[in-house]
Amino acid sequence: MTKGESASTNSSRGSGSIIFLFFIIGLIGSLVVGWIIFPMLLYSEKKQPIDYNHAIHLDAVDNGCESCHFFREDGTFSGIPKLSQCVDCHGEVQGSNPEEKRFVEEYVQKETEVPWLAYSRQPDCVFFSHVVHVKTAEMKCEVCHGPIGSSEHSKEYEQNRITGLSRAIWGPSIAGFRKNSWDSMKMDVCGQCHEKETGSKGPCFQCHK
Amino acid sequence: MKMDRRAFLSLGVGVAAGTTLSPLPWKLMDDISIWTQNWSWTPVPDDGECTYINSVCRLCSGACGITVRKIGNRVVKIEGQNGHPINDGGICLLGLSSPQILYGQERVQRPLKRDGKRGEGKWIPISWENAIQEVFSKLQQLRSQDMPNRLACITGTDQGTVPRLFERFLTVFGSPNYIRMPSIVDSYELTLNLMQGGPSSVGFDFESADYILSFGSGIIDGWTSPVRMFKLNSQWKDKNIKCVQIESRLSNSAAKASQWIPIQPGTEAELAMGIAHVMVKENWYHPDFVQNQSNGFAEWRTKLMANVNLEHIATITGVHQDVIIQVAKEFANASTPIAICGQGRGLIPGNMREFVAVHTLNALKGNINQKGGVGALAELDYIDWPEVMMDAIATKGMAIERIDHANTDHYPYARYLMSRLPKVLLNQKEPMLEMLFVLRSNPYYSLPGTAIIKEAWEKIPFIVSFSSVMDETALYSDLILPEPFYLETYEDIPTPTGYLYPMIGLMRPVIQPLYDTKPAADVLIQLAQKFEGTVAKAFSWSNYQTCLEKTLKDKWDTMIKKGYFLDTSLSQVWKKEFTTLSGKFEFKNMELKELEKETTPELEGSKEQYPLLLIPYDSLRIASTSVANPPFVTKTIEDNVLKQNDVLLEINPITAKSLGVKEHDLVEITTPHGRAIVRIHLFEGIMPGLIAMARGLGHETGGDYLYGKGVNVNSLLGSIESPFSGFEMAYATRANLRHV
Repeated sequence: MTKGESASTNSSRGSGSIIFLFFIIGLIGSLVVGWIIFPMLLYSEKKQPIDYNHAIHLDAVDNGCESCHFFREDGTFSGIPKLSQCVDCHGEVQGSNPEEKRFVEEYVQKETEVPWLAYSRQPDCVFFSHVVHVKTAEMKCEVCHGPIGSSEHSKEYEQNRITGLSRAIWGPSIAGFRKNSWDSMKMDVCGQCHEKETGSKGPCFQCHK
Repeated sequence: MKMDRRAFLSLGVGVAAGTTLSPLPWKLMDDISIWTQNWSWTPVPDDGECTYINSVCRLCSGACGITVRKIGNRVVKIEGQNGHPINDGGICLLGLSSPQILYGQERVQRPLKRDGKRGEGKWIPISWENAIQEVFSKLQQLRSQDMPNRLACITGTDQGTVPRLFERFLTVFGSPNYIRMPSIVDSYELTLNLMQGGPSSVGFDFESADYILSFGSGIIDGWTSPVRMFKLNSQWKDKNIKCVQIESRLSNSAAKASQWIPIQPGTEAELAMGIAHVMVKENWYHPDFVQNQSNGFAEWRTKLMANVNLEHIATITGVHQDVIIQVAKEFANASTPIAICGQGRGLIPGNMREFVAVHTLNALKGNINQKGGVGALAELDYIDWPEVMMDAIATKGMAIERIDHANTDHYPYARYLMSRLPKVLLNQKEPMLEMLFVLRSNPYYSLPGTAIIKEAWEKIPFIVSFSSVMDETALYSDLILPEPFYLETYEDIPTPTGYLYPMIGLMRPVIQPLYDTKPAADVLIQLAQKFEGTVAKAFSWSNYQTCLEKTLKDKWDTMIKKGYFLDTSLSQVWKKEFTTLSGKFEFKNMELKELEKETTPELEGSKEQYPLLLIPYDSLRIASTSVANPPFVTKTIEDNVLKQNDVLLEINPITAKSLGVKEHDLVEITTPHGRAIVRIHLFEGIMPGLIAMARGLGHETGGDYLYGKGVNVNSLLGSIESPFSGFEMAYATRANLRHV
């Protein structure tokens, strides 16, 4: 090996380390962006217009969730209650909760619908029948919605800046991992359950009208 | 540490690897796909409780019952009303698409006064108060100058309280010029009047008929009450009832018929006489009806036998003698056969000789005013307003001859002759009209001979349109006083043409009016009440709804509950006696003898210059009455009718070959009345020598979904006036084609 060749090899080793270092910088940097910064940027945090206490309401009613989230005669699901339902009990302020007082003053007295943010809202092309799942298949609300009935405060509404939908659709894990059945409301979750219960994920048009 | 090219590439590889191993690309891809489904400009109906309201559709004369589905205050769907006597759950494309008109961009949202030239589309909003005052001032001027007859009014129908209020207004104002748009209602009314005694409208008991002979009627192309006919057509198929379609081209109705008989256009009357000839010659007619209930049969038969030659008829109609005999035999052998006529949708009154000849076939079978036959319905007399008291000005005005000469010595048999109005205006020596009201009709667009109509329109100084949408007539008017859309207001909808029971449907508001509109009848009441004396007295109601409730009296409650009032006392219809002078069905009275002398006027232009014959055709996929296609209906038009913006001209391959034109060639069509660029469509379902074009295209309005699509076939057609009745007969025009 000549002196010149030795210098060239040293230089090559040094250059190789630098190249590897840049690879690592790129790799770690993008992993940090992808796993930490991207989720922070993707979601904006919004508060519900009224901090709603599900637990206290569930104790006060006789028919569980369906007391307020009922099925209409034609089988359609009423979803989030309209003001007219709330007024049945909250025509006047009943207790000392400041949120209830604000609700009565800002919405009931002004006859304005509360602009609730729906955690489970899906794109319009998704057709979902509550009655088939809850009445026919006798599924519990918690299977998809989680223990929301026992919550004392409304959780933060994390809105996806691109889709406009709640993070509850994708789930808390940015990687899409699920611990609980209610951690995600994506199509593959529907598909898994349908395959397990009915033996088939079902045709596209079953849900996409 | 220096970043060289290789280090930079290494950084890039690291970023790529890290990004791939992170959720970023996969989540982003998913989110973007969902984003495309959530565009804010994509219309999404509100979610919520559905409510349903029953009403009646007014987009054509079919009077179908509808069930409107709403979420909140938004109409989201219109369906046919289950159990409704006319359509029993069925609905047509146009009715289904009503929400697109209701919420569409073509709605006139407030009163508008013309700012630029007519047709420029420049308008200035005007308050209702000022608009009504402006109309009132002009009306007052007409009366003060003793010229009330220079006001005219055109409406789509003359049935129901609103058209009758307009007629009443003109009467008490002093103008005889209330005009109904032309259609087969004119010709059937006259047919019954001549043969059975009038006044009455025609009703067909298709439900109990066992053979249908149609002379070009578009049974599933919009004739009379489209959904009723559609459902009947299916019932006939289920019951194996034969339906024979006699028509120059293979229309949808012809294609679905049991037998299609192609015929030379304009020769239907001759074919009907040929069939009658066979029936009489072979004694295949109903002896009891002919001997005991008819008058003039012997004389009629003698002349028929002497003058009608089957061979000659076969030559001029293009229908073989054997086919004529076969149809005559089948018609005679059926128990309750019905023969009908009126081309396509029945928008053109047509040839009275044809109507009388076709109705004669029904009479030969004695199938008149009986179950399974053709009946003469008396009008439901629920509109019993007090007689108008006319002052001296009105009396003088009403004594003047009608502008269209209907019901005068010139045309004694016609009640209205709208198609004559343009000619009269163009030939006027001194101004005959100062002011025109137009309600629920689009005469500027929908009458044959567009060029003449455009010219005649210039002779009318002040035109008021009451249209809810910007149609051509509104575009070329001076003032638009928009009425609410039919889903926003109450109104009575009388018996649809051809239905066999007298009925009234109740159209009712399913939502509050979206815009600053006012029912046309309310405008009329307010105008009348600005006058003093007899005019105001004739309109003493506080508003139209009060007028309607008071008019319908005890029927109002039934109609609110049920949606319609139906008089099913069939016996009243079927036992109706003939009210002719003889008290019998007339085969040959004075008037019918007069009609026999009529010859169809020669078509304009020479055969050498215009060797082809253009015929218009109707389709349920193209609205061609007072309403134009909403976007959804236009989307359903086949691409052999409209290809992008080009209308296709049907031509037989044999004719095309002789002219050297091929499929989809662009050609210029020239007629004595106009010219246009069209695209060729080779079609074996049209007789050689004929060409056909769809009616209802070529609009000047209608927004992005309709404007400029195709050609208005009326701009190529010319008006043909019946010498006997004065009715429009424009069934065809001579034409020529040239490559462009």
